[in-house]
Order: sequence, then structure tokens, then C-alpha cells
Amino acid sequence: MRIGVVTFPGSLDDVDAQRAVRIAGHEPVALWHRDHDLKRVDAVILPGGFSYGDYLRCGAISRFSPLMEDVIVGADRGMPVLGICNGFQVLCEAHLLPGALVRNQAQRFVCRDQRLRIERTATSWTGSFEAGQEIVVPLKNGEGCYVADEATLDELEGEGRVVARYLGPDPNGSMRAIAGVSNARGNVVGLMPHPEHAVEDGFGPGTDGLGFFTRVEAIVAGLAGV
Amino acid sequence: MARVVVDVMLKPEILDPQGKAVHGALPRLGVAGISEVRQGKRFELEVDGELTAERLAQLHEIAEKLLSNPVIEDFEVHVS
Repeated sequence: MRIGVVTFPGSLDDVDAQRAVRIAGHEPVALWHRDHDLKRVDAVILPGGFSYGDYLRCGAISRFSPLMEDVIVGADRGMPVLGICNGFQVLCEAHLLPGALVRNQAQRFVCRDQRLRIERTATSWTGSFEAGQEIVVPLKNGEGCYVADEATLDELEGEGRVVARYLGPDPNGSMRAIAGVSNARGNVVGLMPHPEHAVEDGFGPGTDGLGFFTRVEAIVAGLAGV
Repeated sequence: MARVVVDVMLKPEILDPQGKAVHGALPRLGVAGISEVRQGKRFELEVDGELTAERLAQLHEIAEKLLSNPVIEDFEVHVS
């Protein structure tokens, strides 16, 4: 599978995401935010970092890059899209995912190995996990507090669209300890923690993150909204 | 030339940790009796030419689409 990784000015984890894709057995394809060209990839990852220096709001300027127009069209057609950290913020700003990510409640940048529970496996990116599986991957963010209104949160819970939840003390004040969500079809997933930093023994907390990159599926059957 | 000012504030129900931190500094400066501080953003747009109704509508759209995120923020457009 050809999996594109978008580089915005200020992206940091694009090379790690490419490496994770390669280790998972797929072909990483570097994509540039200003090109209007998805290079015929089968899936796209928006990586972590501080695109445009987090100016205005995190992800707010990247969301209007030329390539994002193609990503939005692809996502609407069912192409798998994974946004990690800043990528998650871009997906929320682009309204591909509901809610928003605001400054951590405790006003501190958090950097640590984080325990998560995988809540939804019926997405394009989490098919290799067991429902309820606990994993540990790095978490590093200053604006990772997931917020949405109560009606949206209830809808996400009701449709099973909370993809991952923080275990233990909530690291950034996210509502209902939400670490990741998906769209209704399950092809677009946003995740605040960094699975791409946990794909090799000896680097990071283990290899729990690899599961996000091994089984990337374009079509997910039996989902609400399909 | 006209100046259009866009004020953006977090919605009341969204916690504002920055405003809270500023509020926390007030007693250290000997300032009492301030019950809350909320921090927002102000944008000043210098508009070339005449500010037509059409132009203003366009800036409204930009305020909603780019300058603010309607999920977490409210905005106001003022002509100064």
C-alpha cells in the first residue's frame, strides 16, 4: 500500500511517520502541502509538529493548504486519513472531525509514555487491535485538550466513534478522557498521542504503536453512516 | 481606507487556562476584586478602497472561517 505523509512548514514527525509506514510493510510517499497532488496514494497521514508555528490556532492555517483540498475530497470518498497530534488539530479545523483541541488544562506541555485503551477497532487504522486493548505510546502536546459540546460528545459515544481513551489521570483535561475520534464511516481518525514513536524495540516505550500502520483498510464494512 | 476590527473570544463554556493564569497573577500585584479574566484575540484589518457592504460580508466570512473556530470561539466584527 502507498501511504502518503504530508509535510507542512513546521511539521516535525513526518519522517518518523514515514519510517513507521515502512516498518509496517508499506511504501511511504512524501507529500508537500503546497502541491495539488496526492501522487495516487491509497491513504494519507497528517503528522505531528507545529505547522505554521501554531499561529492563529493549531492547524488553522495548514487546513487551507492546497493539498488539504485533495485530502478533504479523498476523505469524503472513503480514503483512509490519519491525523496524529498536529494532524488531529488540522482534521478538526478542516471539520473532517468534530470538536477542537485547546490548551492543556494544566497549562503545561505534557511529554510522557501514555497508557491508552483502544475503544473502536472498526476504523481504517485500528483494525489490527482488539477492542479494549491497552497500549502504551508517547504523548507530547501543549494543546491536546479535546473539547466538544455535550451533544457532540454523546453522539460520538453513541455511535462508537471514540477511537482511544486515556487511562489513568487525564493528561491534558480532554473531555471524557478522549485521546482519539473518528468520523462516522471510520476512514478518518484523529489521535493526540504518537503511535509512530512506538514501532521499534529499543526506541520509545515498545512497539504498541505499530498496529496503527500495519492494517490500513480503505473500506470498513458495517459502520454507522455507511 | 477603513479599518475593520475582529474580536475573537473563547465561548463562555470553554475553559480558558491562559486567562486563569493571568487572573492568578493579579493578587501578586496587589489587585483584588477581579472575579475572572478571559483572554481573546483582536485582529485589525486595513481595507484598501471603499468598505462596501459586499466587502464587509466577505470579511465576516473570513472572521468565521479563518480568524475564529466556531466550535470553540465567538467573534464580533467592528468597523472603526
